[in-house]
Amino acid sequence: MNDPIITIEGLNKTYEGGFQALSRVDLTIQRGEIFALLGPNGAGKTTLISVVCGLVNPTQGHVLIDGYDSVTHYRQARERIGLVPQELTNEAFETVWNTVSFSRGLFGKPPNPAHIEKVLKSLALWDKRNNRLMTLSGGMKRRVLIAKALSHEPRILFLDEPTAGVDVELRRDMWEVVRGLRDNGVTIILTTHYIEEAEEMADRIGVINRGEIVLVEEKAALMNKLGSKQLTLQLHTPLTSLPASLDQDELSLAADGYELVYTYDGRQEEEGRGISALLTQLEKAGIGFKDLHTRQSSLEDIFVDLVKERS
Amino acid sequence: MNLYPVRAIYMAEMARTRRTMLQSIVSPVISTSLYFVVFGAAIGSRISEINGVSYGAFIVPGLIMLMLLTQSVSNASFGIFFPKFSGSIYEILSAPISYLEVVVGYVGAAASKSIILGLIILLTSNFFVPLEIAHPIWMLTFLVLTAVTFSLLGFIIGIWADGFDKLQLVPLLVITPLTFLGGSFYSIDMLPPFWQTITLANPVVYLVSGFRWSFYGISDVSLAASVTMILLFLAASLAIIAWIFRTGYRLKP
Repeated sequence: MNDPIITIEGLNKTYEGGFQALSRVDLTIQRGEIFALLGPNGAGKTTLISVVCGLVNPTQGHVLIDGYDSVTHYRQARERIGLVPQELTNEAFETVWNTVSFSRGLFGKPPNPAHIEKVLKSLALWDKRNNRLMTLSGGMKRRVLIAKALSHEPRILFLDEPTAGVDVELRRDMWEVVRGLRDNGVTIILTTHYIEEAEEMADRIGVINRGEIVLVEEKAALMNKLGSKQLTLQLHTPLTSLPASLDQDELSLAADGYELVYTYDGRQEEEGRGISALLTQLEKAGIGFKDLHTRQSSLEDIFVDLVKERS
Repeated sequence: MNLYPVRAIYMAEMARTRRTMLQSIVSPVISTSLYFVVFGAAIGSRISEINGVSYGAFIVPGLIMLMLLTQSVSNASFGIFFPKFSGSIYEILSAPISYLEVVVGYVGAAASKSIILGLIILLTSNFFVPLEIAHPIWMLTFLVLTAVTFSLLGFIIGIWADGFDKLQLVPLLVITPLTFLGGSFYSIDMLPPFWQTITLANPVVYLVSGFRWSFYGISDVSLAASVTMILLFLAASLAIIAWIFRTGYRLKP
């Protein structure tokens, strides 16, 4: 798949006080994917989104939205984008219906009550359409922001920390909404602190730290890398070396020979070389163990390692 | 120009006026009526006619101008300041709209409110004093030009202000004093010569004078000077707004 809908090239952003929020960012977002941008607080996630959406002026570099430059062809570029900001910002005294309709008009689209109705229903806001925003709960306000962003039928949706402060049930509802949008061809870029969210939703994952993109990878490939497990056996008697029958890449000795570490993923089991085969081999070789435990590295571990490495 | 975004902003701003009818319309009408009672009835009865116009009638254009100036600035500054304050400005900045469309939407709505208010005050004053409008086209021209120009000024103040205190600063410390000292309630002929000269440095004098001329055909300064002054104001405001949007001043970091 190589059908970029967003191309970011050489993007730098230095704020007035001298703080460099983005540094030489190159990134391509493919049409129709869900891309998760992970990073610690202050890493530059929101600045990156803000530059793409026209809220912040870039210091250097450029952004193409569906082939249109975000500065010189801002009309064509921006009409393709819907943005759900991190903060719950809205006009407190407006009704849900009016504020969502306002957004559609603001993005240059003629009124379309049927579409607004569809959006409100898809976000379970229809019953609240005549409520003032100030009377809604935090989760409902978040939904209103999503409805506003979808009111003009964007092809790209930016979700900046969409489930921050949202309870688990609502979070899962939102994931469903996002998946539904993707199924309808909307490209989705979300920033999140929740690794679980990225694991659950994303097709590709990018990690940003200190204004630099440090990793972009297909989620499946990343999970394969990260999805390796380790089985550690605590031996009765320490080994100085592995017997020839056990000499394989996946096995190693640790803790002065007291521990045998087996690193594996799904492949070994498929090839008939999984844990049960290993245990049989150990029994045959007369190697006894008194305890065992397994461990799986998570996306979170890798994320933390990556961020630490760069710090 | 895409009219949908302009309409969206304009209608949203006008809807805000309807929601705050008491503050937006009723309050200025009541305070203007009070001016009539105090200046027109109580003090006016002790002041002889000015250039053949009764004092009560003489102050009508000045009062309308006073309201027009303060309400234009106040409406337009609040209109753009509130989204900045609440954070919902993100939507305006990320929308596929030109700066001109943003300004036409906000300033158009603020000016419309002021014009409606000016006309309401004109009708209200009719209950207190007999009115005549010698040059109605000029009257409307001054009304519209002043409302638009000072709404542009209010828009600039709304972008510049980073707190509610600054939002009030210019209207309270600049606009109101200049209007009071700008011949709203007197003819500058009534001042000593020295103060007459000083007063001519007050731009509001030209606005009030031109507006009053459109009612009664009497003025402190020439019509050409009044029109020139308001056009200068308009040009300066437009230039500042163009600069704001070109640089992203206080809007885009």
